[in-house]
Amino acid sequence: MSLSVQITHRFGGFTIDTGFETGPGVTALFGRSGAGKTTIVNAVAGLLRPDKGQIIIDGDLVFDHRTGRHLPPHKRALGYVFQDARLFPHLTVLQNLRYGGRFAKRPATISEDGVIALLGLAPLLERHPAALSGGEKQRAALGRALLSRPRMLLMDEPLAALDAPRKQHILPYLERLKAEAGLPILYVSHAVDEIARLADQMILLKDGRVAASGPVFDVMADPAAIPLLGVREAGAVLRATVTDHASDGLSRLQVGAGPLELPGVKAPIGTTLRLRVLAQDVILSLDPPQGLSAVNSLPVTITGIHPGDGPGAAITLDASGERLLARITARTVKTMGLRTGLQCHAIIKAMAVAPGAIGAGPDAL
Amino acid sequence: MMLDPGGWEALRLSLFVGVFATLLSLPLALWVAWLLARRDFIGKGLLNALVHLPLVLPPVVTGYLLLIAFGRSGPAGRFLEDTFGLVLAFRWTGAVLAAIIMGFPLMVRAMRLAIEAVDPKIEAAAATLGAPGWAVFSTVTLPLILPGILAGAVMGFAKAIGEFGATITFVANIPGQTQTMPSAIYTLLQVPGGEAEAIRLVLWACLLAVVAVLLSEWLARRVAARIAGG
Repeated sequence: MSLSVQITHRFGGFTIDTGFETGPGVTALFGRSGAGKTTIVNAVAGLLRPDKGQIIIDGDLVFDHRTGRHLPPHKRALGYVFQDARLFPHLTVLQNLRYGGRFAKRPATISEDGVIALLGLAPLLERHPAALSGGEKQRAALGRALLSRPRMLLMDEPLAALDAPRKQHILPYLERLKAEAGLPILYVSHAVDEIARLADQMILLKDGRVAASGPVFDVMADPAAIPLLGVREAGAVLRATVTDHASDGLSRLQVGAGPLELPGVKAPIGTTLRLRVLAQDVILSLDPPQGLSAVNSLPVTITGIHPGDGPGAAITLDASGERLLARITARTVKTMGLRTGLQCHAIIKAMAVAPGAIGAGPDAL
Repeated sequence: MMLDPGGWEALRLSLFVGVFATLLSLPLALWVAWLLARRDFIGKGLLNALVHLPLVLPPVVTGYLLLIAFGRSGPAGRFLEDTFGLVLAFRWTGAVLAAIIMGFPLMVRAMRLAIEAVDPKIEAAAATLGAPGWAVFSTVTLPLILPGILAGAVMGFAKAIGEFGATITFVANIPGQTQTMPSAIYTLLQVPGGEAEAIRLVLWACLLAVVAVLLSEWLARRVAARIAGG
């Protein structure tokens, strides 16, 4: 299963000129508002006809401007989850779920009962959309898309309309979906935390063009991505295995370079999680830290120093094979005498790794 | 409320014309409303103007134009008589045509507003779930605009049973043939001693109008409740 997009589209003085390919797993399409994300997804779904280019889904040429081919949306077999759930207001949740199945021609890969269990929809089946909360609507919309037996899921900012607690409530469902449904997903978002938790591949859009792309662990640790992600959002993603839960609420997690002690970890011992460590929360020390309140320290090697436009500089670090990103001032770089190849210690404040930045479920990698 | 035989006949004919005209124009009105609400095409403005013309023209003018076109020597009238043996002028069939033409803008208007109120994004969602165009319309659009269709049908029906100007011009006022309720009331008011029967007919007209409005309100509320998940 693959998706190949190569399109040019002009609208309202803005041009999208973009090309990318996706494979299995979750591919995140990241960009600020107005970067052209929704336009691209609509073109893939067939809801919009681009000016030029080609779109190939699974070897099936669904759009080609040279031959004028434009397969209508109902023949593309893609499940689209919209930001505004778009449930049918006159149908119950169960009728909404069954809607897509009527027209599906492909064999079912997941049963109705399976979808209801996966998304926790059982108590909602007889209700109408008007009686659902925002998060419940999104879960129902997700189930409806899954049951239309799609080749691929398109999700356009599915959590953007939800407040933070609801978002935290629905993210585990998406992690389970990713692990269990085995369906490729194109996930559009401008929220870095969602992408850090869910995505395998990531495409960064800027002004309608692809500015960076690659595996999410690489892109997140790439200093060139900092201005695109935002200085406060930039930070590497680590894989960590839960090894112990202490009685004081801290849990011990093992990453390649050593143990970390973090609060708010709910996953059982033995689970592998993703940890997003923001670049601005990493402190560098030349000596092993002593007399500091921060308990998490990892031995690292500096692999690169990248001065930014302002007073800041991004430092790329190697932590026993894993990449970390730190953001400190250029003046500190000078006074500490930091240079590539220098061994030092990265200190991560335990409380800085927010619960939302810690994956709640197993990561199928 | 008991009427003379002539009064009953006029009432019966009006109801008959009303039901017939409503049923006949419903599918066409729905199609035109959908075209105007959802499609862009050359001549859309012209179609819109044509549909609304009977609303703004004096009914007598509409009736006279119908007589010119659909009279037995008119082009459309001759074609219908030669091909289908259908005569419209001075027949009850002509009264149905006049009622259709006069009620059409009201029906289209109500349905168009209902269709425009349906979010096209919901229809797009249905398409991404694999529903072809006709299925999107019948499973999503149609159920959502049902109150609008009912409202349009009641408006059309009310217009049809009350139509006077175009009807009397096109098919005259022949008792037992083309004399509808409004024509009968008009005739009774022209003859001495006809007021009593005229008033009874007027009461019937009021009764029918009230029943029609109440019925449509009740139906529309039931449909709306069902759509909103009541």
